[in-house]
Amino acid sequence: MADPVFLALTVITIGSAIAALELRSLIYGSIALMGALGGIAGFFFLLDAPFVALFQLAVYVGSIAVLILFTVMLVKRELIFKKIEDKRRKFAGIGLMLVVMVSLGAVFLDSGIKTITTDEPQVNFRDIGIDFVTYYWPALILMGLILAGSVTGALVLAKREDVENDQRTS
Amino acid sequence: MTSELVDFTLVSVALLGIGIYGLAVKRNFIRMLFAVEIIINAANLNLVAFGRFLPHSGGQTLALFSIAIAAAEVAVGLSLIIVAYRMYQNVDIADFRSLKG
Repeated sequence: MADPVFLALTVITIGSAIAALELRSLIYGSIALMGALGGIAGFFFLLDAPFVALFQLAVYVGSIAVLILFTVMLVKRELIFKKIEDKRRKFAGIGLMLVVMVSLGAVFLDSGIKTITTDEPQVNFRDIGIDFVTYYWPALILMGLILAGSVTGALVLAKREDVENDQRTS
Repeated sequence: MTSELVDFTLVSVALLGIGIYGLAVKRNFIRMLFAVEIIINAANLNLVAFGRFLPHSGGQTLALFSIAIAAAEVAVGLSLIIVAYRMYQNVDIADFRSLKG
């Protein structure tokens, strides 16, 4: 049976995920999203993956959530608090969510996953580092290039309007 | 580790359901990005949970790559939101009609 830490993390993660989507204010929503992502990091700790957990904390809770907060701040005040959705769509969405959860949950509960146990020792994070620079090095370089490209693309996209404004004024 | 694989899988399924609900119901661009983030995290949780049962570090390595790529995706998504907001002065996706046939 699941331990109390796991149950607490489950409540925090799923509660924050629902709050992120349902809270009226987008700012509180993004803070709740931070909670959900932090909860996932907690799960990574429980799964004996401290390196991934800290990476998750640094990348998601540290940078992405702050990026989202800044974007929300750029949006007009009334849009932050306005909820745009209609009732019929909402019921359809809840139905879809329940269908996905129940069907996939039933498949997992019915499958052989329940009987899987492990005595594998915890993976040493040194092995991850060694894997990165030996076996996965082309992927690592490609990932760096993709990150650089996407960040440059994001900057160009966000800056374009300014350039047009300059042209208009000059 | 006292929790079993199936517990983590069920949490991941719940997060996937919440994410799908957000994508289906919300029309606010930023909220839809939240939903996408939640789905990506559900996938990462599955990667690490299944990777725990492997003798090597493959699952964790893949999760690290996935997190890094998700960061790139968020950067591009947020800049698209900023561009769309400048063009339409709104974040409602029903208003973004330029590409509608």
